[in-house]
Order: sequence, then structure tokens, then C-alpha cells
Amino acid sequence: MALLEINNIHVYYGAIHALKGISLKVEEGQIVALIGANGAGKTTTLRTISGLLHPKEGSILYHGEPLHEMKAQAIVKAGISQVPEGRRIFAPLTVMENLELGAFLRNDRDGIRNDLETIFQSFPRLKERTFQQAGTLSGGEQQMLAMGRALMSRPKVLLLDEPSMGLSPIFVQEIFHIIKRINEQGTTVLLVEQNARMALSIADYAYVLETGTISLEGTGAELASSEEVQKAYLGG
Amino acid sequence: MDSGLITQFIQQIINGVSLGSIYALIALGYTMVYGIMRLINFAHGDIYMLGAYVGFFVTTQLQLGFFPALICAMVAIGIAGVLIEKLVYKPLRASSKISILITAIGMSLFLEYTTMYFLTPQPRTFPPVLPNTIFHLGDVIISFQQLVILGSTVVLMLLLWYVVQYTKMGKAMRAVSYDTDAALLMGINVDHVISFTFALGSALAGAAGVLVGIYYNTIDPLMGIMPGLKAFIAAVLGGIGIIPGAMMGGIILGVVEALVSGFISSTFRDAAAFGILIVILLIKPTGLLGKNQTEKV
Repeated sequence: MALLEINNIHVYYGAIHALKGISLKVEEGQIVALIGANGAGKTTTLRTISGLLHPKEGSILYHGEPLHEMKAQAIVKAGISQVPEGRRIFAPLTVMENLELGAFLRNDRDGIRNDLETIFQSFPRLKERTFQQAGTLSGGEQQMLAMGRALMSRPKVLLLDEPSMGLSPIFVQEIFHIIKRINEQGTTVLLVEQNARMALSIADYAYVLETGTISLEGTGAELASSEEVQKAYLGG
Repeated sequence: MDSGLITQFIQQIINGVSLGSIYALIALGYTMVYGIMRLINFAHGDIYMLGAYVGFFVTTQLQLGFFPALICAMVAIGIAGVLIEKLVYKPLRASSKISILITAIGMSLFLEYTTMYFLTPQPRTFPPVLPNTIFHLGDVIISFQQLVILGSTVVLMLLLWYVVQYTKMGKAMRAVSYDTDAALLMGINVDHVISFTFALGSALAGAAGVLVGIYYNTIDPLMGIMPGLKAFIAAVLGGIGIIPGAMMGGIILGVVEALVSGFISSTFRDAAAFGILIVILLIKPTGLLGKNQTEKV
């Protein structure tokens, strides 16, 4: 049984049929990438997993439990945390407060303190800015904060929505290194990206989403060398 | 400048600050609820009226003093605020803004006229729970009641500041107010945060009701209308959704009203208040402390 299993979900925004029967699997310990153009339904998929949207049909199973019947809060508690598109950090709050909110459902003071230390070690830039308003950070730093905040809930699965968006090439490299490192430390990752080249280079398995349906799937290497993917997403 | 004028100026500032601190207490409820739900809770002025009645019954029927009355009113009205949210606003959470706004106006009328039905429209005289002492500082007069109003307001605002700034619930409030979806992704239960916000805002309005009862001696079922509107202006003036803005807006509004009453005419007072609303909406609709939010990419 896969750790996270999406079976034929249909999601609507009012009358708009955004996801038309998507199925995908995330095995424990993997990095799974979901690539596709704007409007293909990548973000919708992640929002549905996190319980911000609810499928009209189909199921999402996590450890075999029906996630699609759970509230957003319960989903975080179960161990699925999301770094949303555009980072969505709490700009008027300090870096520290943002990280504390990431641990909102936890009550183990010592554990939280340890995890803060770990995150400051991984992201030393955040440590220098602990009591600064999060909105004053640069784009790359905000992405690090958003990832640190999501990690504060000690997730088993990390959902990442366009972590490279709007970042300089050097930062993109750094963020992908960090994603790999997080994965190596035992967190399963479901990664949504428009930067298909980078995403496929680190993904164990990947899906291509096109206007609400999965059009292709395979290992990262398979998709990277596939002609269709090359043409549509890798500019060549 | 002649010293009589200066004395009168200082006197009006003192009067204005005590009146304004009451507006500020009510404005805080408006602004916090708006911050969380983007709802102008037009029933908020009537929640304040209920607070005055709770204070009245505690002091007359139970023969208790000022502090028990203040605390009873805050607790009772805090609970009333949560009930109103759960029963009236929550079922409409997914509805359009305009239906919620109209419901808030309906709730306001409902509170006014059920109170009138059960407690009669007759104004009631608040018992003198505080001594009528007056202090003279030169020619300037400060009453003991004014000091109590100011003291209570300052303490309540410090408490609120502590809750919002340092408690887990306060941080969750700020998070929900800034970005509800992101807050959901943190596992924050937004329903709890909304209830908590209503409880806090209503409790402050309840306290304001008791303070006004003491200050003006008389209460009636429609007493919430004007202060409710004024507090709304105060919240907009400071920047709706911004807590320090509501405090500042309330004080400024109170002082302007007192100066207009003192130097021009008290009949012109309300016109000045609503004039401020029009001017602020024309010049800086986001309020004095409001910023146009920009997103970094």
C-alpha cells in the first residue's frame, strides 16, 4: 500500500471542473513530482490533499485512511504539511512567530525547541532574522521560512507547491538541494513544479498533469527523456 | 493666548480622552472581527448596550459594586457574542458579503427591539456605584469616574495586547487575519479563532457598556446605535482590521468631538464625527495606520 494514494478524484470550483479524475501514488520515502502548465490542476491537487478543497468524487487515502473526509486541521495532525504556492508566510508576524505557528498543533515544548534549533541550523539566514517581520525577508528567505514553518509540524509527507517560483537561479539550486536533504532525512515529498527540468532531476517518480487529467507518468529519468515532455516542458 | 482658553482646551482634551477610550473599546471589537472575517458586525453597538444592561442588573438587583459589574458584563457579553456568531453568522460563512452584512443589520435591530420588548423602552438610571469625587488640577477638573474609565480602558487594552501578541490563540488570530488559508495549513482551527475573536471583542464592548452607564448615568435599549456608529468610524479612521488603529482612532474621535462641543457647539459634534469618516474615506481609505499591502515575489 502506498503512503498516499489518490484515486480518481474530481474537484470543482463552482461550475468549473478542475480535476477530472486524477489518480496518483506516493510511496514512503520518495520524491514524487507533479509537473504541468499553468491551470493544469497542480495546485488544486495539493489543496485537495490538504483539505482546503473537497473532491466531489474519488478518494484520497493516507496509510489507508480516508483523508478526503478529514478537516484541514486533522490532516496536518496526521502528518501532511504543505508549503503553499507563493509561500504565504505571515508577513506582519516575526520569523519566530511564523515558525511557532508551524508547530501550532504540538504541545511538546522541548521537541519544538529542538526542531527550531534544527531549522536554524539548516537555514542560518533565518536565525539572523529571528525577530524580524517575515515580510521584510527576500523571496528566497521567505521560501526557506515557508519550508521551515511546514517542517515545524514534523510532517511525514511534505507537499511543496512551486518552491522555485520567482527565485533567482542560485536560490533555485539551493532550494532543490534542501528538498533533497529533507527527503534524505526521511520525509516523503510531493513536489509541484513548473520548472520541470529541476523537478524531474530529483524525482523518483513523476506525473504530468494536463487540464485536469494525468497525461503521462514514469520515473523522473523516464519522463526527462520522453519526447513529449521534452517538447512541452523542457523547451527542446 | 489667554489662560482661560488654555484651561478649557486641556479640559476638553481630558473629557475627549475619556469618551474616546470608550469608543476605542467598542472599536476594537469591530476591527478584530473585521480582521478575521472581513465582516462589519453592525450588531456590535447593541452588544455594547447589552453590556450596559448586564451591568445595571448586577449593580441594582445583586447590589454588587463596580468591579463585579464590569467582570459579569464582560463574561456574559463575551458568551453572548460567541452565541450570536455561532447561531447567526456561522451558517452564512459561505454566503456573499452583502447577505452577511444585511444579517448583521437585522441582528442589530433584533437585539434593540427584543431588549425593548422585555425591558421596556424606558431609560433606566444607573446607580451611583462610584463616588462622585472631583479633583481640581488648577482650573481643570477631573472626575473620579473619568479616572476609572481611563484606568479600566488602559488595563483592558494592555490585557488585549498581551493576549494578541504573546498567547498561542493571539498568534493564531493574527495568522487567520492575515491569511486564512495559510492558517488552515498550519492546522489552526479557524472556527475556534473566530469564536475567540467574538468573545474578546464582545467582552470589551460589554465593559464599555458598563463604563458608559457609569459615565452618563442612564441607559436605554437604543443607546448602542450612536456609539456603535462612532466606534465604527474610529475603527475606519485608525485602519479597519488594525488593533492599535482602533485604539488611536477612538481617542482621536473622542478628542475631536470634545473640542467641537467645547469650542463650537455640542449640536455640531456628531456632524464632526461623520465628517471625519467622509474625509478619511476620501483621503486615506485604508485609515491612518493602514498600508496598501504588497506581495513580494
